[in-house]
Amino acid sequence: MNAQQIDQQTLLKEEKDPLTHTPVHLLSLDKVGKHYGNVIALRDVTMAVDNGRVTCVLGDNGAGKSTLIKIIAGLHQHDEGSFKIMGEDRKLGSPREALDAGIAAVYQDLAVVSLMPIWRNFFLGSELTTGAGPFRRLDVQRMKDITLKELAEMGIDLRDVEQPIGQLSGGERQCVAIARAVYFGAKVLILDEPTAALGVKQSGVVLRYILQARDRGLGVIFITHNPHHAFPVGDRFLLLKRGKSIGYYDKKDITLEELTAQMAGGAELAELAHELEQLGGHTEALNEVKAEVEGVAVAAPESSTKRH
Amino acid sequence: MANAVLTAPSDERVSTRNPLQKLLVRPEIGALVGAVVLFVFFSAIAPVFLQPNSLATVLYGSSTIGIMAVGVALLMIGGEFDLSTGVAVITSALSASMFSWYFSMNIWVGVLFALVVSLGIGFINGWILVKTKLPSFIVTLATFLMLAGLNLGLTRLIGGAVATPSISDIDGFDTARAIFASSVKIGTVDVNVTVFIWIALVLIASWVLLRTRVGNWIFAVGGDANAARAVGVPVTKTKIGLFMAVGFCGWILGMHNLFAFNTVQSGEGVGNEFLYIIAAVIGGCLLTGGYGSAVGGAIGAFIFGMANKGIVYAQWNPDWFKFFLGLMLLLATIVNLIVKRRAESK
Repeated sequence: MNAQQIDQQTLLKEEKDPLTHTPVHLLSLDKVGKHYGNVIALRDVTMAVDNGRVTCVLGDNGAGKSTLIKIIAGLHQHDEGSFKIMGEDRKLGSPREALDAGIAAVYQDLAVVSLMPIWRNFFLGSELTTGAGPFRRLDVQRMKDITLKELAEMGIDLRDVEQPIGQLSGGERQCVAIARAVYFGAKVLILDEPTAALGVKQSGVVLRYILQARDRGLGVIFITHNPHHAFPVGDRFLLLKRGKSIGYYDKKDITLEELTAQMAGGAELAELAHELEQLGGHTEALNEVKAEVEGVAVAAPESSTKRH
Repeated sequence: MANAVLTAPSDERVSTRNPLQKLLVRPEIGALVGAVVLFVFFSAIAPVFLQPNSLATVLYGSSTIGIMAVGVALLMIGGEFDLSTGVAVITSALSASMFSWYFSMNIWVGVLFALVVSLGIGFINGWILVKTKLPSFIVTLATFLMLAGLNLGLTRLIGGAVATPSISDIDGFDTARAIFASSVKIGTVDVNVTVFIWIALVLIASWVLLRTRVGNWIFAVGGDANAARAVGVPVTKTKIGLFMAVGFCGWILGMHNLFAFNTVQSGEGVGNEFLYIIAAVIGGCLLTGGYGSAVGGAIGAFIFGMANKGIVYAQWNPDWFKFFLGLMLLLATIVNLIVKRRAESK
């Protein structure tokens, strides 16, 4: 096969952080596994996150993406393998612990209150105050200024931070959530399907902010099921399927077509084409699937079974 | 308050930028328009309405609703409502009066006991709500019924009658009356002390809501409790605290009722909870939470007071009052809705 997987041992032990040139990764997972009772949700996952790099986690529904980020964000603990933060073995007990370690997760539902002004949302739960005793009050002007400044640095130009956050578009809201995580000291940013509910244009906006966060030196974990979104912004790609890693690639070693092929799985597509044919499916759709099957066959003649 | 001077000039700069739009997005704007219309209307058809004495009466009527509307508005912004407030006011008054009478103690002991009872009712409402995650409609409907029963049952059990014995000869009555039920002479007019308590409560509530962390949390738990929890807002404490604030307002009104009339009818209070909720809703608080203001609740209460007394001054049959109230509720909420949509779409 054309795509060359990263030699995981080499990457974890030898590669230096591209920005700081230190020999440790911001985060590194080595053969991490997790099971719920007798259900194995995740096994043998190895990946790394570095400053100024975007690590994409790709997989279909039920591939184990959620389990993986829940382990990193402190919602669940892993049972196997090791999870290191700055080279130190850790097991995070709560999202608070993860936040203290500099890991912030931006979830799909974003955790914003849509009726509240942008600046109130930005500082919600960590409000700045001034004064003492009964006169301790919100430092409104400072919070507004900081919100405006932080969003401007993310490239969002807002005329008024006083407007309810619900008035912003989905992409902009996503960006406010990202900017908030960055401001409150996140070193690692986990983005859970940030483009899933967005249109093409909005997705583009969010992808640009991912790059912006990367350029500000954050390590980004970008979870998605869309290789077309992952490929342009990602530096490394971890592919998950049914709780297992089916590939871990550096960008220079893989093309978008190969990534798509690996994601889709040639065998499943062929099966789908067959099924559609039997059902007397729409010819156009059928041809499309057939073409896709051929594409997959070319890109990855033998499915990636060897690397399990 | 020395620091306030530092931030004031920059605040002014922001608020003058687009004053009209700023005003239009205020939650209480619909109620304000309604209040002005109603005021002009009654002034026109009943000239006596404009006399200082009449205004003082209107304000007094408004304050007895408004004091509760402050707590109820905050609670509604926090996403819940309380159906037990009407009878809880009476429970508070009964507690103070029966406690002092039965144990032959200074009335102030009873007043403090009533405060504990009122805060306790609020705490229990809130605690059951957050523990069971039942809707506040069910939880407070249950406490409403239980309190209504307790009021009647305990009063008869302890005092042997449906009303409490008069407390006017108990020690401390005069000082307590001075605080909860006296009147202050302004010019030639006697203004009831409840009007000043009401205004003070509105100011405090507005300060808390707009300028403190707790205020931010109240908006957040009402707007989206899950999102609030995810960013570290203490949702449970905020909700319980709001119910206790309602309890506190109920205590003040209960004490006023007690010291204004010396005796309490144990069956009173049923139905008043809706007046408080109506005042908050007319004032622009969203029933679903996350939006509203304390000032709005005050304007709602003022509308109530004007309609209530204005009908008398206009020499109409007071039978029409309820119809009027319903109409005001409908119109004010529709105006609120339109104004809010228009402001948000800009």
